[in-house]
Amino acid sequence: MRDARGDVKRPIGLRLWLSGGWLILLVLAALLAPWIAPQDPLAQDLFTSRLPPFWEAGAEPGYWLGSDSLGRDVLSRIIHGARLALIVALVAGTLTCVIGTALGLIAGYYRGWPDRIISRFVDIWMAFPPVLFAILLIAVLGTGLTSIIIAIVVIDWTRFARVIRAEAMTQGAMDYVASAQVAGRKRMGTMLTEILPNVLPTIIALLTLEMGIAVIVEAILSFVNLSISTDSPTWGGMISEGRTSVHQAWWVLVFPLITLFLTVLSFSQLGEGLKDRFDPVLR
Amino acid sequence: MNAFLEIRNLCVTLKGGAPILRNVSLSVSAGQVHGLVGESGAGKSMIGKAVLGTLPRALAVTRGEIWLDGVDLQTLRPAERRRRIGASAALIPQDPLTALNPARRIGPQITRRLVDILGWSRADAEARALELLAEVQIPDPARVMRSYPHELSGGMRQRILIAAAFAAEPKLIIADEPTTALDVTVQKQILRLIADMQTRHGTALLFVTHDLGVVSKVCDTLSVLYAGKVVEEAQMRRFFMHPIHPYSAALLAATPSYKDPEGSLTPVPQSVIDQVEREVTDHDRRAGL
Repeated sequence: MRDARGDVKRPIGLRLWLSGGWLILLVLAALLAPWIAPQDPLAQDLFTSRLPPFWEAGAEPGYWLGSDSLGRDVLSRIIHGARLALIVALVAGTLTCVIGTALGLIAGYYRGWPDRIISRFVDIWMAFPPVLFAILLIAVLGTGLTSIIIAIVVIDWTRFARVIRAEAMTQGAMDYVASAQVAGRKRMGTMLTEILPNVLPTIIALLTLEMGIAVIVEAILSFVNLSISTDSPTWGGMISEGRTSVHQAWWVLVFPLITLFLTVLSFSQLGEGLKDRFDPVLR
Repeated sequence: MNAFLEIRNLCVTLKGGAPILRNVSLSVSAGQVHGLVGESGAGKSMIGKAVLGTLPRALAVTRGEIWLDGVDLQTLRPAERRRRIGASAALIPQDPLTALNPARRIGPQITRRLVDILGWSRADAEARALELLAEVQIPDPARVMRSYPHELSGGMRQRILIAAAFAAEPKLIIADEPTTALDVTVQKQILRLIADMQTRHGTALLFVTHDLGVVSKVCDTLSVLYAGKVVEEAQMRRFFMHPIHPYSAALLAATPSYKDPEGSLTPVPQSVIDQVEREVTDHDRRAGL
């Protein structure tokens, strides 16, 4: 009656451990930044400029990953940069997810004119090159955290809308949706109680992917100096500054780049891992 | 006439014009079992879907009346129609694998109708669901209520769907090929279960199938469908003894028999197919299609 899988607790895979571990580390770093950062991330000191990371000759204690051309500690700046990166990932990712999912569900389940309107919007949106679109938006909205979040939501809701629409269409054709309707469920109720739980695994995978993308978009905007003001350290800003001095001090470019890479990779791997765990059939 | 469900001159067309159901009329009396037989694509399931208001988006009822418990459903506003259908009719679907929501536990999927439409309390609805699961011979109902659909076998799921269909004591149940997706040994049990439940609850049953053998076991009356048109409506005994329409006779002759397994099967002769096709074209011409 109940097959073996039902009683077996599936171990948390290596993928979930590694990606989850890195992200937890980042969250801790972001929360505890003022206490754990070895230096003030904004303190400039020309006597300590371009110090190499700790294993190279000429390294100074307290500057584990070296310092940039203005003498600011790279590790401290990465730790403080995590705050902004995570705020953008969480807030922009969640908002994009909520808006895109709502529109996708409505389009895929109700079909008809709501679908036509939403789908045309998606088509038009997709014709814009996203990065240029973001830069344009920031130029209009002005720089700042809120503008960045708005820009990410505005350019990326289509990703959710498209995928969730397709999923909602497949689920909507299933017999259990028809049964729910025969049982007198209203359409909105059917959408929320029958369809939504079944697209949840996809939503989670997309959400974590979107968080990774939000971090990248923020980094791109920092790279072209359209993110937050230069006094708050951001990974994109560090990469942009590091690029100019890469031949003298490679570490200023490489460490934030590695952090960014690992973060985005972790988000997408976390999504894949969670998707499997949330899938009712695989669970 | 005390028919619980009466369909008069029902026409369903594909948006764009192609007819799917052609002037279908049939009636199911309270407590009776009416079979709907026909080849695949004859529109058997579409009749059930038209009654329940779950026609695919591309199809629409263009003409005709569907009287359910003395009310013409076609004249009602959608919300009122949905409420009426929900309160008095239920569906036993064809494929138990897609008819239960994979993301939700069994319990709420059975009690849903009781809570939503009849306004029962959750505790009452759950007690009733347990009772019903026991009635459809499911061992350990309490555990099944907490299970997810994928943890159960196809036969179990079909039993659950039967329990769910009877839960609110509907006066009409539409069984859309309820045994087709099951394997042969389970088919027989499920069939007997549906027949038992129907007798015990006194429900009217519209039984859609392509299997004349099944019809002969459970139905009181039947309609034979060809290309969306009712070719013959008959009492069970009369039909098996003297089918009137040549197509019905040909269908009967094409049914394998347990008693004579070596006996050769006669395919429906071309002349008969030509005749029903002609009737269908005649009908379309008269209807101005």
